[in-house]
Amino acid sequence: MAETFTFGGTLTPITCHAWNKERNQIAISPNNNEIHIYKRNNNEWKIVDILNQHDLRVMGIDWAENTNRIVSCAADRNAYVWKQGEDGKWKPTLVLLRINRAATCVKWSPAENKFAVGSGARLISVCYFESENDWWVSKHIKKPIRSTITTLDWHPNNILLAAGSTDYKVRIFSAYIKDIEEQPSPTPWGNRMPLGNLMAEFKNSSTYGGGWINDVRFSSDGNKICWVSHDSCINVADAASSNTIIRCKTEFLPFLACEWISLTSIIVAGHSCVPLVYTLQGEKLVLSNKLDKSQKKESGGISAMRIFQSLDRNLRTENSDTLVDSIHQNAITCIRLYAGDKLNSSRVSTSGIDGQLVIWDIDSNINSLMQALKM
Amino acid sequence: MAATLKPYLTAVRHSLTAAMCLQDFPSQVVERHNKPEVEVCSSKELILTPIVISRNERERVLIEPSINSVRVSIAVKQADEIEKILCHKFTRFMMRRAESFIILRRKPIDGYDISFLITNFHTEQMYKHKLVDFVISFMEEIDKEISEMKLAVNARARTCAEEFLKRF
Repeated sequence: MAETFTFGGTLTPITCHAWNKERNQIAISPNNNEIHIYKRNNNEWKIVDILNQHDLRVMGIDWAENTNRIVSCAADRNAYVWKQGEDGKWKPTLVLLRINRAATCVKWSPAENKFAVGSGARLISVCYFESENDWWVSKHIKKPIRSTITTLDWHPNNILLAAGSTDYKVRIFSAYIKDIEEQPSPTPWGNRMPLGNLMAEFKNSSTYGGGWINDVRFSSDGNKICWVSHDSCINVADAASSNTIIRCKTEFLPFLACEWISLTSIIVAGHSCVPLVYTLQGEKLVLSNKLDKSQKKESGGISAMRIFQSLDRNLRTENSDTLVDSIHQNAITCIRLYAGDKLNSSRVSTSGIDGQLVIWDIDSNINSLMQALKM
Repeated sequence: MAATLKPYLTAVRHSLTAAMCLQDFPSQVVERHNKPEVEVCSSKELILTPIVISRNERERVLIEPSINSVRVSIAVKQADEIEKILCHKFTRFMMRRAESFIILRRKPIDGYDISFLITNFHTEQMYKHKLVDFVISFMEEIDKEISEMKLAVNARARTCAEEFLKRF
């Protein structure tokens, strides 16, 4: 069963959310310049800290699980790394991003020694900690990005970086920093990896204009990437089989977020307000599971009577149901793994513009689906 | 004639639902700005192909989507001079009070009578399907409103003329 939460008693949109390692604390941004840290106490969420260092809307939050640090970026062109002090309060450190447009997305690398920030300045800043100067510095990846970076993801080897942008392309770069890292070993994506080297480039669509890339993710072994775009397609590219693209056109509204939940399954969600699971079967992506099991709600009373009542009162037949037939009432913007990892995840959390956070069970859903099949 | 109204409104409803998939997008041209891209037109990759849905020559809807905003322009049916004047007065009345209508644009696009500008800030505050409902019911209402006003004007003119001619 899905658990639903709202924060602070309001329905302001949740821009993005991030969990700590134990999954008992969550960092969310209520669609403004603040980041709120909530702690879970059974079914109650208590606010423990408000991070307000940014002065424009926060665009991305990521929580490094092992080193327990939060990185946040915002439309005010800054990023901060937050560390917890002894008193439990979070202290910011400014990152020198050297960008002159909004920072749009941020992601820690798997080893948590560096992170990448995408921006509207048509570049990616790869940031690492320079201990001699005691601050976070950045190196830029500029070419051949032509528009705003909307999403980023790291390869499990801590070197490669996938980026999606509004110029309809997904690119894979090397983000190797030779000052702090050892020479990387070869991957199916390529062998030579100096910083900023373009390893692969995928056009969202070869025939049409395509659409903006909304989210991109590496699979757990790092050999596949999946991305979702504004043309309602889900795409998977495989480096092991010479970068062939598997495309799945769907009948839903565009997806805004995607995540691998096993080697062959992807969970996607977006403007349709329901999370869906797609599975790779051979050369095809197939819809395998709908997590939202809500039924269409019966409107109370006799409907004919309501129609005439409404005609009588307002001179027209009014459509009075404001509720959508799903748990989320507005677009879902963020998916995070709640239990397990990209290889085998049993629970995921989603948040969206309706201000709700929902934790979904994937396993029980599949089991119930199996039971339904047996019947 | 009324038989074509329903498919027309259905087409507009589905196109609006698809066009209103908006997201927050800070300007990539001016720093620290966040402007509706369909209005500033600064980067062509952020604008989608505009759609015109027309029921007949005079009645049509133009939908111009972009990454963080969509502009909906409506041309209202105007059969004769009186309807033209009434439509002009009516839309002007509303556009002067555009702030109270939130999504109304102060000026219509060339060739259309009234324009709405819906941005991602509106879809964050309001339910998307209710915004679509609003535009559709507005289209239904404005026709009704104008023909009612036309009837009222005609009736009034007739009474005036009768009263006036009684003297002779």
